[in-house]
Amino acid sequence: MEFALSEEQRLLQDSVRRFLEQNAPLDKVRLAAGNTHTVQRSLWAGASELGIPGMLIPEDFGGMGLGFLDAAIVYEMIGRHVAPLPFLGTTVMAPLALMLAGSEAQQEKWLPKIAAGEIVAGVAITEKIGILEDAGVKALNGKLTGKSLFVIDWAEADFYIVADSDHGLHLVLPDAKGLSRRALNTIDKTRSVGELVFDRVAAEPLPRSSADAVARMIDAGRVMLAADTLGAGQMMLEKAVAYAGERKQFGRVIGSFQAVKHLCAEMAAALEPSRSLVWYAAHALDEVPGDARLMACHAMSHLSEVGRFVARTATEVHGGMGFTDLLGLHYWFKRIGLDRQLLGGPELVRLEAARLQGWAA
Amino acid sequence: MDLAYGPKYEAFREEVRAFLTKHKDQAPRGLGAAGRPSPEACSWQQLLIQHGYAARTIPKDYGGYGAKPDILESRIIAEEFSSARVPSALQNQGISMLVPTLLELGTEEQKKKWVKPTLRGEVVWCQGYSEPGSGSDLASLQTKATEDGDDFVINGQKIWTSTAHEADMIFCLVRTEPDKPKHEGISYLIFSMKTPGIEVRPLTTMTGHAEFNEVFFTDVRVPKTQIVGQRGQGWLVANATLKYERGMLGDPAAMETRFQALVDLMREETVDGQRAIDNPIFRDRLIRLQAELAAMKFNGLRLLTSASRGEDPGLARLIVKLQSCELTHQISALAIDVMGEFGVLYDDSPYLRSHGSWQWGYMFQLGLIIGGGTAQIQKNIISERGLGMPREPKLAK
Repeated sequence: MEFALSEEQRLLQDSVRRFLEQNAPLDKVRLAAGNTHTVQRSLWAGASELGIPGMLIPEDFGGMGLGFLDAAIVYEMIGRHVAPLPFLGTTVMAPLALMLAGSEAQQEKWLPKIAAGEIVAGVAITEKIGILEDAGVKALNGKLTGKSLFVIDWAEADFYIVADSDHGLHLVLPDAKGLSRRALNTIDKTRSVGELVFDRVAAEPLPRSSADAVARMIDAGRVMLAADTLGAGQMMLEKAVAYAGERKQFGRVIGSFQAVKHLCAEMAAALEPSRSLVWYAAHALDEVPGDARLMACHAMSHLSEVGRFVARTATEVHGGMGFTDLLGLHYWFKRIGLDRQLLGGPELVRLEAARLQGWAA
Repeated sequence: MDLAYGPKYEAFREEVRAFLTKHKDQAPRGLGAAGRPSPEACSWQQLLIQHGYAARTIPKDYGGYGAKPDILESRIIAEEFSSARVPSALQNQGISMLVPTLLELGTEEQKKKWVKPTLRGEVVWCQGYSEPGSGSDLASLQTKATEDGDDFVINGQKIWTSTAHEADMIFCLVRTEPDKPKHEGISYLIFSMKTPGIEVRPLTTMTGHAEFNEVFFTDVRVPKTQIVGQRGQGWLVANATLKYERGMLGDPAAMETRFQALVDLMREETVDGQRAIDNPIFRDRLIRLQAELAAMKFNGLRLLTSASRGEDPGLARLIVKLQSCELTHQISALAIDVMGEFGVLYDDSPYLRSHGSWQWGYMFQLGLIIGGGTAQIQKNIISERGLGMPREPKLAK
């Protein structure tokens, strides 16, 4: 009985933390947020040397063959450093789609390239959770028509995994005829999302597609978003504690005022059990299939609530400085803001959790 | 991450199950959490001690079972008793607070005299710590013990003394050195509640019940030998005890039982013919609590792993009292809300649900948020010890 990270996992997390401390400091994040793609490219190349892009991909395809808990603790570090990396789509959801639903030929063609960090993969799946406006993709005679919004890792993707309205998954190339693309500019400039519009676009179906495969991609994505929020929230708390230990007013550091200390205590009290929940939800994806979907919902919705509280509270502890661009704290605030809405906001996710337990139609 | 216990512990689990199958008919119905255990509860406790399911790690010489401490074994025992719905070992302030304190700091004579009958449920204790003027600032307590020959003579008042009306004995903090700084003038005494000069008055709370008492001391004579630890070191002794009290709170299994009762309630109660669980707003609140409960449950597993490795889990432990009390209170709050007007029925009203236990719980649990270190004191502890933030500057004395 051991509910803890293994020695290897702690080493993995430390090495990712060190890599990001050195290579993704705030000035780099600012450059990337200004849409300087060279920063993201070089950072992704560096992450490749650590094996990050292929961490979930089996060794036969050049990956590391690690589990979702490993991925979650890495994404936690990426969130901690608000690093502009295409982890969610490229490392987690697209490889999972290929592994669950792809043909051998598709796996052999694409997985090694992802593992090598040579390509970026986007994921168009939002409409499987909730259809906004008239979005949605229909497959007819091997061609896709319609549109998908909030495509994950949209920018510079070398291919997209697209979910249609019928649990089919498809592989689409960015230069396919009839495909048009628009960036969606969210508050979070460290990760790209965009729109894909399909007008009878030729697509390559993943032959083993199923409702289950789509659902498992979403489960994994949700746990990762929870982990990202955990890392970003933890960093915001640490920054708040550090700032409160330096900033003086009324002749005292503000961290000696209970009004300020209690805010920090409340953040810590919310974050600490959340960490345990994220660990278990990630562990369950691999090891406890019967628990996986419900726990993914719980992790995602709970971290969304905790994240919103921490993002707001840590900003308040920083006072006026927290509100400025100068300090850059807003990158964390905005990261947590996007995490909350992607793959279903907490109310939608809780409704799903209720359905899973037979508590809602 | 490995959530399996492994063959050695699974074999142990089988032993516990075999015991339960064989003996569960002898178990009493409920042990009574606070008061004096019934005779059948006492004999059940003795059977549990004999088999190592109570007082498991207390040395045999002092009436325990004498096993080596193993947190996973303790956890398995708790799991199996809970899933068999059989009352587990007796829990009261004597067993959970006084016994570990005596074992750590008592004299050989004190251990020999008090540990065994306390473990067996034959001696019931109460705790004399809080005073009307000394709550969060416990060390400011004013109950005086003055020296007179071989005795201390005690005058003063304690409050929040649960089970005082039933108790045989009290472990009590008194001021023996009024001229010393507040933390250095306190002593820890143990004495009989039958000593002349003690008056116990029930303290009725907002629930309408007297879950606590006030205890008044007028010239109560206690032999000096009944001190635990050194004179003037009572604060250190008390802190050893409080450490054990904090370990008592925040039981995820108990919260899970309450949550399950809430789910059952929401399937039964209706408004306009619609079940509460089918109301999207109530249901959203329910799932939100379920996620928080899951987080606390896994936090508990993390603490268990830290304890089994002898590591300090730090923040994960410091937040337990604050978070558990709040979550328990929120579960009761939702139960009341789904019942609507029925939720405020109380006493023996017609239409009363679950004997009024949700409303009683909602009020009593507010007491738990305040007692044993208020939520605000907990936040001081979390920020100072867990996050390393500076203490509030002290006023000059």
